[in-house]
Amino acid sequence: MAKQRVKFTFAQELIKEAVIWRLGRDFNLVTNIRRADVTEDRGWVVLELEGEMEEIERGVQWVVEQGVRVDPVAGDIVEG
Amino acid sequence: MSFAKNLRCRECGRVYPLDPIHVCEFCFGPLEVFYDYEALRRTLTRERIERGPLSMWRYADLLPVTAEAAVDIGTGYTPLIRASRLGRLLGLERLYVKNDCQNPTWSFKDRVVSLAITKAREFEFDTLACASTGNLANSVAAHAASAGMDAIVFIPADLEQGKIVGSSVYGPTLVAVDGSYDEVNRLCSELSDKYPWAFVNINMRPYYSEGSKTLAYEVCEQLGWRSPDHCIVPMASGSLYTKIYKGLKELAWLGLVEWRGTRMSGAQATGCSPIVEAWERQSMDIKPQKPNTIAKSLAIGNPADGYYALKVMAQSGGQGVAVSDDEVVEGIKLLAETEGIFAETAGGVVIAGLKRLVEQGLIDPQELVVAFITGAGLKTQEAVAPRLKPALAVQPNMASFENAFSEQAGALPAARK
Repeated sequence: MAKQRVKFTFAQELIKEAVIWRLGRDFNLVTNIRRADVTEDRGWVVLELEGEMEEIERGVQWVVEQGVRVDPVAGDIVEG
Repeated sequence: MSFAKNLRCRECGRVYPLDPIHVCEFCFGPLEVFYDYEALRRTLTRERIERGPLSMWRYADLLPVTAEAAVDIGTGYTPLIRASRLGRLLGLERLYVKNDCQNPTWSFKDRVVSLAITKAREFEFDTLACASTGNLANSVAAHAASAGMDAIVFIPADLEQGKIVGSSVYGPTLVAVDGSYDEVNRLCSELSDKYPWAFVNINMRPYYSEGSKTLAYEVCEQLGWRSPDHCIVPMASGSLYTKIYKGLKELAWLGLVEWRGTRMSGAQATGCSPIVEAWERQSMDIKPQKPNTIAKSLAIGNPADGYYALKVMAQSGGQGVAVSDDEVVEGIKLLAETEGIFAETAGGVVIAGLKRLVEQGLIDPQELVVAFITGAGLKTQEAVAPRLKPALAVQPNMASFENAFSEQAGALPAARK
């Protein structure tokens, strides 16, 4: 089993979507939320995903396709 | 000796040993090095520092490694210039420029990488890694070569050839990743979890970022053990900006300088200004951006330390300022034409930002201001080349020269008698 720590940032129109629940159900991932902040116009969630590596990658790709921004928990890594 | 005591989570405060880790196991918040300040207070004096080498390593007591183990290619103790001509032009009486272009790979990144590689060796890593489009890659490759370590440098596949040379000359393994900026980020994050490499700005980040504090120490010492009234710093991830403030506070806590409540202003380019955008909204919530600016060394759309930078800005009474690409070029030219320093685009951002803040009355003309110039202009010549005056083209005779000069450069002085 693999683990990946990620940050999801949701735009306002996606806040009501059950993205994390579907990620767990459809890709058989354990989702473990560690920190979050949701306001009326946007929200972010820092969480750990646990499951088969291939499923994590497929799941993250699906989340990106839903319009959610997915980042490493440490922010951008590519520096100038 | 090192007085580093432990790592602490910046979010929940949990304490960890000084290991190669970067996020809290509980809340995934970033970890930061914490020192035994009581012991430091008993040991560290101005004289002890002044006896040290003329490099960043004179401040080794305030870093999480020992000076004896340092991988040092000659970084730090760069000039602090009294910028009188630029100051007069902007309307500032006491302006200084910290010229960090003069580091071994021509940027401040040598400070952070020198620390990261020293710590990586202590942890017995044999490979140093990073993902970068410029300065960081150059510095990682150079330091790894000097220490005899392997280096793996990840770059976007579409990076210009000119930018690759400054890294490839040191012989690292260059990996060109054919993907978007976000995809390169995610790949490197996954690689750092999987392989036993010292990624300088991932698993080494708590140590790496401490190197930036040496800029603050040097400035205070070079001012005669006095902290500035106002600093203006370029912001990418926000780490440099927050660590300069940490360095100033540490010197005051340790009684090495008087606390003056230095105001910290941060500058970004409009085409990638997530920190300034949040500052202007009066929000602590950073909205990630897709970078689109000539200031590539500051092009971090989702800044790891953005939230902490906003806190410093608010606490210190500083300002956030964003400038257009045209202003960046003007800033580069202004610094070059008044002080003889050719900065890269990040320097143009700082000078243009400073100009704006003075014009808006947000910097007092009497304040002792330090502008941090963090990288050399030869690395980003393409940014200014189209805007430079063409050379005069003349035939090898006096008449041709005199005609061309008077037409394009102005009146010639009276001839000698």
